[in-house]
Amino acid sequence: MARTPGELAGARPGPAFEITVDGRAVSALPGQTVAAALWAAGVLTWRTTRGGGRPRGVFCGIGQCFDCLVTVNGVANRRACLVAVGPGDEVRTQEGEGRGELAV
Amino acid sequence: MTSTPDVIVVGAGIVGAACAHYAARAGLRVTVLDRGPVAGGTTGSGEGNLLVSDKAPGPELELALKSAELWRELAERLPHGIEYEPKGGLVVASGEAALTALRTFAAAQEKAGVTVRDVAADRLPDLEPHLARGLAGGVHYPQDAQVMPALAATHLLRASGAEVRLGQEVTGLLTGPGGAVRGVRTASGVFHAPYVVNAAGTWGGELARLAGVLLPVLPRRGFVLVTEPLPRVVRHKVYAADYVADVASDSAALQTSAVVEGTPAGPVLIGASRERVGFDRALSVPALRRLAAGATALFPVLAGVRVIRTYAGFRPYLPDHLPAIGTDARVPGLLHACGHEGAGIGLAPVTGRIIADCLTGAQPPVDVRPFDPARFEGGTGTGAGAGAGA
Repeated sequence: MARTPGELAGARPGPAFEITVDGRAVSALPGQTVAAALWAAGVLTWRTTRGGGRPRGVFCGIGQCFDCLVTVNGVANRRACLVAVGPGDEVRTQEGEGRGELAV
Repeated sequence: MTSTPDVIVVGAGIVGAACAHYAARAGLRVTVLDRGPVAGGTTGSGEGNLLVSDKAPGPELELALKSAELWRELAERLPHGIEYEPKGGLVVASGEAALTALRTFAAAQEKAGVTVRDVAADRLPDLEPHLARGLAGGVHYPQDAQVMPALAATHLLRASGAEVRLGQEVTGLLTGPGGAVRGVRTASGVFHAPYVVNAAGTWGGELARLAGVLLPVLPRRGFVLVTEPLPRVVRHKVYAADYVADVASDSAALQTSAVVEGTPAGPVLIGASRERVGFDRALSVPALRRLAAGATALFPVLAGVRVIRTYAGFRPYLPDHLPAIGTDARVPGLLHACGHEGAGIGLAPVTGRIIADCLTGAQPPVDVRPFDPARFEGGTGTGAGAGAGA
């Protein structure tokens, strides 16, 4: 957990647990958002834009800009900066609108 | 004020933009005024439908067919940003009785020049894979199309080269000897021109009143539900056959019929509700619930899709469901181009053409008598309209 400011903030989080990111195990702490857990794991982008396929991650970090959309436990377009992680959560990077399976 | 224009168009919606566009193409100098922004009224509150499918044979269908042709031509001239999509419409019937009525309606439309293709129940999934199973059948209308209305209005206006003055609410008409129009007054000054076009949409009746004439435009409210962005899940404009009856109805009570279409930007748009409640913008949960239920009945896949917002607009409604287009015999120099109900985006180009023809003395492309703006004077409409509006 080298990349968290927990020590500077004097935080005493509970025990870490695992989530998966595209099937890969990643350690997360209670109270972290999906975005914080991804950042802590060194993942900075997890979505591509609908039109140009450009990379996106956190922009505003406060739920306003909808740039950090990601698929969590099978639900597309969750805001990574707002959704809190829980043990065993499955995070999947998202292409475009994340609903490609519906295309006709 | 630089030089005096030949014509002032009041209203920077799609109809005002089209009037400006065709008048400028005819060589006239045009100034467009609006109290709000471009596409700030009904233009920005619709879905951008360019439909022939919902119109019964008659004057409005004639307008729609001509306008469909003009839209195809405009789509070549204007930037791709208008999102013109000749996607076609698909009208579906849930039961045999509705299908029989739909086929009869389509047969009459075909005689009037509409291209119609009967679609048997087992062929519906070929056109729309996500459509609910168990429908009785449908009719495919290849001439139906769509644009993104706010962008279309903006690009039309820009291409016209007209001077556009926003934030200018017209507070009075300037008249000269014999009552002839000489311009308009706004809160910040006067604008002179020998012709004024009333393209104020749902507020066209108020502008007519400033000119001292009756034009009974009423608002007919509609809501649209907007889903999260999706890949293409709906290919055509798809709607239930009962929509046509709702459009032509005179009822003030809430009516809804399922109308579903995708957009290039991703969201699926879901309509259509109609009710006469004045200019009340309050959210109506019953209307939204019925829209959502209707859409998921047609496309069950939408039940698993999130709606991210909704918007409301006011269709400019005239008692006989026909627009007011052309010169006003009661006030020399005054022309009207409003009251298109839900069909204003589709009918904008032909309306602009007619107005330009009236201004230059050319022969309009269709018979304009059914759209005479003075037809409601004395409380006796011509009653010509079996017309409709989206």
